[in-house]
Amino acid sequence: MPSITKPLIPLAPLAKNELGLTIRDYEGAMSTLCAGCGHDSVTAAIVHTFWELSTPPHMIAKLSGIGCSSKTPTYFVRGAHGFNSAHGRMATIATGANAANRELTYIGISGDGDSLSIGLGHLMHAIRRNVNMVYVIENNGVYGLTKGQMSASADIGSRPKKGEANLLAPIDPITLGLSLGATFLARSFSGDKEQLVPILKAAVAHNGFALIDVISPCVTFNDHEGSTKSYKFMREHEVKEVQTDFVPVRTEIRAKIPNDGATEVVMHDGSVVRFRSVPTGYDPHDRLKVEEYIRDRQSRGEIVTGLLYVDESAKEIHELNDTPAQGLAKIPFAKLCPGSAELAAMQKDFR
Amino acid sequence: MAIDNALDVGTRVNDFSIKLANVNGTGSASANSLLMQAIFRMGIPVSGKNLFPSNIQGLPTWYEIRVNKSGYTARALDYDLMVAMNAQTYAEDIIDVRHGGYVMYDSSWPLDPDMQRDDVTFLGVPLAKMCLENFKAPRERILMKNIAYAGAVVAALGIDVELVSGLLAETFARNERLAASNQTALRLGYDYATEHYACPLPFHVEPMDANGSAILVNGNEATALGCLYAGATVAGWYPITPATAVMDNFTRLCARYRREPVEGADPSSPESHRNNYLILQAEDEIAAIGMVLGAGWSGARAFTSTSGPGISLMNELLGLAYYTEIPAVIIDVQRTGPSTGMPTRTQQADLMLCAYASHGDTKHILLFPANPHECFEFAVQSFDLAERFQTPVFMLSDLDIGMNDWVVPELQWDDAYVPERGPVLDDEDLRGMAEFFRYNDVNADHVAQRTLPGSDEKGAYFIRGSGHDAYGHYTESPEEYQQVVDRLKLKHAASAAYVPSPVVERREGARVGVITLGSCDLAVREALDVLSEAGIPADFMRVRGFPFVEDVRRFVEEHDDCFVVEQNRDAQLRSLIAIETGVGPEEMHPVLAYGGFPLSAKHVVDAVLSQLEN
Repeated sequence: MPSITKPLIPLAPLAKNELGLTIRDYEGAMSTLCAGCGHDSVTAAIVHTFWELSTPPHMIAKLSGIGCSSKTPTYFVRGAHGFNSAHGRMATIATGANAANRELTYIGISGDGDSLSIGLGHLMHAIRRNVNMVYVIENNGVYGLTKGQMSASADIGSRPKKGEANLLAPIDPITLGLSLGATFLARSFSGDKEQLVPILKAAVAHNGFALIDVISPCVTFNDHEGSTKSYKFMREHEVKEVQTDFVPVRTEIRAKIPNDGATEVVMHDGSVVRFRSVPTGYDPHDRLKVEEYIRDRQSRGEIVTGLLYVDESAKEIHELNDTPAQGLAKIPFAKLCPGSAELAAMQKDFR
Repeated sequence: MAIDNALDVGTRVNDFSIKLANVNGTGSASANSLLMQAIFRMGIPVSGKNLFPSNIQGLPTWYEIRVNKSGYTARALDYDLMVAMNAQTYAEDIIDVRHGGYVMYDSSWPLDPDMQRDDVTFLGVPLAKMCLENFKAPRERILMKNIAYAGAVVAALGIDVELVSGLLAETFARNERLAASNQTALRLGYDYATEHYACPLPFHVEPMDANGSAILVNGNEATALGCLYAGATVAGWYPITPATAVMDNFTRLCARYRREPVEGADPSSPESHRNNYLILQAEDEIAAIGMVLGAGWSGARAFTSTSGPGISLMNELLGLAYYTEIPAVIIDVQRTGPSTGMPTRTQQADLMLCAYASHGDTKHILLFPANPHECFEFAVQSFDLAERFQTPVFMLSDLDIGMNDWVVPELQWDDAYVPERGPVLDDEDLRGMAEFFRYNDVNADHVAQRTLPGSDEKGAYFIRGSGHDAYGHYTESPEEYQQVVDRLKLKHAASAAYVPSPVVERREGARVGVITLGSCDLAVREALDVLSEAGIPADFMRVRGFPFVEDVRRFVEEHDDCFVVEQNRDAQLRSLIAIETGVGPEEMHPVLAYGGFPLSAKHVVDAVLSQLEN
């Protein structure tokens, strides 16, 4: 993808994070997406998230497939290690990278074509394996780079800019994830940074596969009247009853959280996800209830956003495989090779 | 009672072949390999070829054993003894026996008179009847029939029965009841044959000392051992015949050798050890190679094992690996294509697919092991080559090598071995550099320096399968694009000096040359001895790697008649040599066997003679 280096304009002194880095240090190249693209807002939220979490840029691996959304890793955290792979295959490459070196923070950026059509199988199996990574679907219901074909997330009746309305049932990554045993499921809206940033932070803290479906309107091909993935439609139909705060690992602040009855989830690293408000009877740990709630709202034409489901007790991929805390790629060769004496000994069985 | 063995084929010691016809899924495989193992332990050169159907239970299956004191153990096409244990295939099996040969069959039921042949001797052994009388459980009666016929074969061939008894005792050391049943069955067959027939038959075994420190191993297990010794830590795979056993063995070996005890942990707790490996059974071969690329990018030695259909699926990401320069090892245990083809039959028909896998201009490094010993060695070399040249490396084994037990020299390991990691920069290297660019040929050896995820920000770069320049930046400029792909071509060519060199054997006065690869090795060598005795000395070249060294072109040019022996329909090795060395395809006569069964010397001799006559 083409990219343009972002000019670094000296501004008033910028705030620094724990590593002494400013938000500029978490930016990437200039975006070449269309002006107003939802994806650029997601990029901004990701920049903000990693800066606030003080994640060392070189300890971030950012991966993507192919599509408009998959261009965006170029636009954030230039000091991170990036992999723009093949259409639909990012989850497999992220799985292998994570298998080889669990010490990094992995974030994959994908789109609805990449994840819900060509790469759907890989997404589902990455969920099942509980690969420890953040997986963002920038969902606009349309293939942008090939100029406007409907995608598998388009709602029935949603109209493309040209041509007939979609007649096929959409694939919803959240209800799909619920059925596959996903351990972290959130939906958000690119136009709502206030909601998205805490969700991204919680996703980074989550011990396992964190799927975030971000409705991210395509201003060029799917932002018109009749589309259900437009800014206007989202603003009119979004339901934000599930609201969360993210509280990083700082004991003194944790102690200040008033225990007002809201659910708190202590994440693997000690940070806390606090459910500020939920609908009556809603339990973010109960798959059935979460699905019932989402489907009920869907049937009314509403789109539920928020951190909808979380299970911090499940084992992630390395815990399931009893691998060491150190990345496998870093284990010295001497520990991996049984040596000549052992080879001679085992060949006694080959006679 | 002893009867005369009607037709005497003359006494032959340690030089014969037998074929066993069975029904698959009845437990015959272990009886057959028992016989082969016993002959191996008697110090005699031997091979066993399992010719089995793509089925779990009920279809015909065959096993061939060739015993040859001179070491000719390629597949023989005529049989001195047929052990006919499958009534469905009696007719064809009986026809398969050579003139003057023998047929052993289950005489619990009379043989159809139509099956009779005057020029072979029938050895009836009432196996089912004996097992019915001696065993109670229905399953046992079926299973023990196998060991009973093995007992009769042991007597007929003069195999040391005490040795066989000892092998059974080793196998069933942990199951007293099964051990006893097996011993009983062995004796039932052995005693019956000894009492009723003049055993041993005129062709039989006598102990030798030809095997020395050799081992009996299949290629898939040897490959897995190679991957273990090379230090592979991540594997992605999808089940497929005939490659599945590579990962089964790797899994077993890792569980044995890669579990690191955790100091101070309760030995009975799950935290008592850490696994220094991660094997991922993928959702398909696309995912399997994707995982390997992710791990290779991250600096782990990673591999996948598959067969032709899997390579077809992997093509997309193999191009990504080639263009982005990620090390990866792909074990291809070839089977008969195209499409599903014949999954349990062998072939060497993935050469072109692997050499140029993926769309666009691509070329890959290929290694061609001939036997399990080379599977072990080449698996290790594959990882070294993959990292040295930052590219996918294919090891092309096949079903014959992978799934049959071979007698090969003992595997050796040099404890001084250091993995070749290629030009990987660490943080200290980066500190000493003004700037790092991924695809810059700084050492002028066509291989660019790389960094691993997690290294300092200065080493961070963006891998992309889209057009990139020598700095790793996106480009659509013709010059910048070509600069990178031209270097990749040079890099591939440079690897010729590092792949295993061809094996060449020359004969005095040879005007004929024969080029071959992989599992054709033994059959071709035997054929060249036969041709030499017939007054046609021929030089031998077995290529072991691609890209080809200059010697391959020279070998073709040096010979008036050059033959290329391979197991596929389209003469793929010949094409590859023609394309890559520039010699005309008309300079090489194809010798092709591609029906799915392993090559025999007869195929080669007949083809060479008939083409020389023309």
